[in-house]
Amino acid sequence: MKKCMRCPKPATLHITEIHDAKAQVVHLCETCAQKYLSTVEVGGLLSDPDDEDETADELTAESEALQAEEEEMAVSPVCPSCGISFKQFRSVGRLGCPQCYTAFHDDLIPLLESIHQEVQHVGKCPPETSDSVLRHHEMVRLRNELKAAVEQERYEEAARLRDEIQSIEATAAATDSSESTS
Amino acid sequence: MLDFDALTHSSGEWLRGIGPESDVVVSSRVRLARNLDRFPFPPQASEAVKGDVEAVLRGPVAEVLPAGSPGYVRIDPLESLQRQFLVERQIISREHSESKGPRGTGIGPQESISLMVNEEDHLRMQVLRSGMALEECWQEISQMDDRLQQQVKFAFNSEFGYLTSCPTNVGTGMRVSVMLHLPALVMTKEIQKVFQSMHKMGLAVRGLYGEGSQAMGDFYQVSNQSTLGRSEPRIIEEVREVIPDILEYERRTRREMVQQNSDKLHDKVSRAIGILRNARTITSEETMHLLSSVRLGINLGLIEGIEIPTINELFIHTQPAHLQMLSRTPLESSDRNAKRASYIRQRLGAGEGDADE
Repeated sequence: MKKCMRCPKPATLHITEIHDAKAQVVHLCETCAQKYLSTVEVGGLLSDPDDEDETADELTAESEALQAEEEEMAVSPVCPSCGISFKQFRSVGRLGCPQCYTAFHDDLIPLLESIHQEVQHVGKCPPETSDSVLRHHEMVRLRNELKAAVEQERYEEAARLRDEIQSIEATAAATDSSESTS
Repeated sequence: MLDFDALTHSSGEWLRGIGPESDVVVSSRVRLARNLDRFPFPPQASEAVKGDVEAVLRGPVAEVLPAGSPGYVRIDPLESLQRQFLVERQIISREHSESKGPRGTGIGPQESISLMVNEEDHLRMQVLRSGMALEECWQEISQMDDRLQQQVKFAFNSEFGYLTSCPTNVGTGMRVSVMLHLPALVMTKEIQKVFQSMHKMGLAVRGLYGEGSQAMGDFYQVSNQSTLGRSEPRIIEEVREVIPDILEYERRTRREMVQQNSDKLHDKVSRAIGILRNARTITSEETMHLLSSVRLGINLGLIEGIEIPTINELFIHTQPAHLQMLSRTPLESSDRNAKRASYIRQRLGAGEGDADE
């Protein structure tokens, strides 16, 4: 996620300016983009409230906005289940439905990492969760704890966690090989 | 139908002022966010969809409430004063009070449990206890969660855990918080150091009414920020392990104030009780400020004859919607200030030489 070039907020609008056949890309957040668009000449598209030819300008602006929206939809992934785009999510901060987590998976990873410093759930699971998922969560949880124990120099605990991880891995390997030979 | 009259004249278990460390720890709270699998999240849902979600959850929510609970209440048909009352009472969130469409709340006995349907997530459950009791809160809420999951399927995936409307809650969906009364740290401005160290440890510090609220009456809630990638017991531990240091810091500061500035402190708390017992009109802000000094005075043995639960209750019962429920009529701000003063005089026993009443 690129940051806005004028403030610390994430950039949601990416504008390509073409001057004398030279392209220049500007990354801005919603607020800064509005300021940018109202100060920079962009083909006279923004309607001036005092402009006599208001309707025509508004129409142009509207069609331009529509076009921009269509372009945005093309580049920003859209959740097939609820129809919101990733960009819409970024502007409101709320996802549309549970399926958004699948639709925006790759874009969400860096965001989740910056919020939680972790990206894999290791907590409570619904009753129908399979053993292999539970085992995977347990391994991730133990590895995270091991990392934290080493960082905080709690070596006795780290050793215990390392042994626990190794024993689970050994059991899993034994189960796998017995499964593949049978 | 919820008996507002009975509620107005009672108070929640979490205000009892007992439980471990209750000189500083007011209450412990654990909340879980859950969503139904096949419906859009409430902020994105139409009224019709919210109606469907409410219909699906209403029954199971009412069923998990223990016997003797006030029960499940639809929030959308309530008057705004009644909704505001439930917010002041910490039974529902401000967001739940102010949002639109079909929504409800299951209320447990002594206001220790609340299950909000169609808040930011389809289901927001919370368990509240007085004193330091995070483990007990977790056990109780997890059991309710288990029982609900026998009846409804919550949105979950093996990578991101329980899926929530806002990605800041995904994974466990759990927010653990401890409400602390820190008047000495506020008076000495040492509280800033607490903020900084909590922030460094990835914990949040908020005011009495959670996100974005002012720290009224020197109450602060310490809570976890990360919900993904750690187990529920680990999250509880992350919050619990910082509390003893803050308690010690507050108590040490109180002791130092008593040793170094005893007369000044005694004067401050005595003036506070004096104003509360005699004022004829008082704002909510001044009330909170003075009650905080009185609460400190009781804990330090400088004031006798007033119980902590009375003071805890006054923090809640002197707020605008409560006063209006007590007088059974909407009141303008100036009338509220007069009503507040008279209610406090009545609760604390009016000062000597009080001619009327």
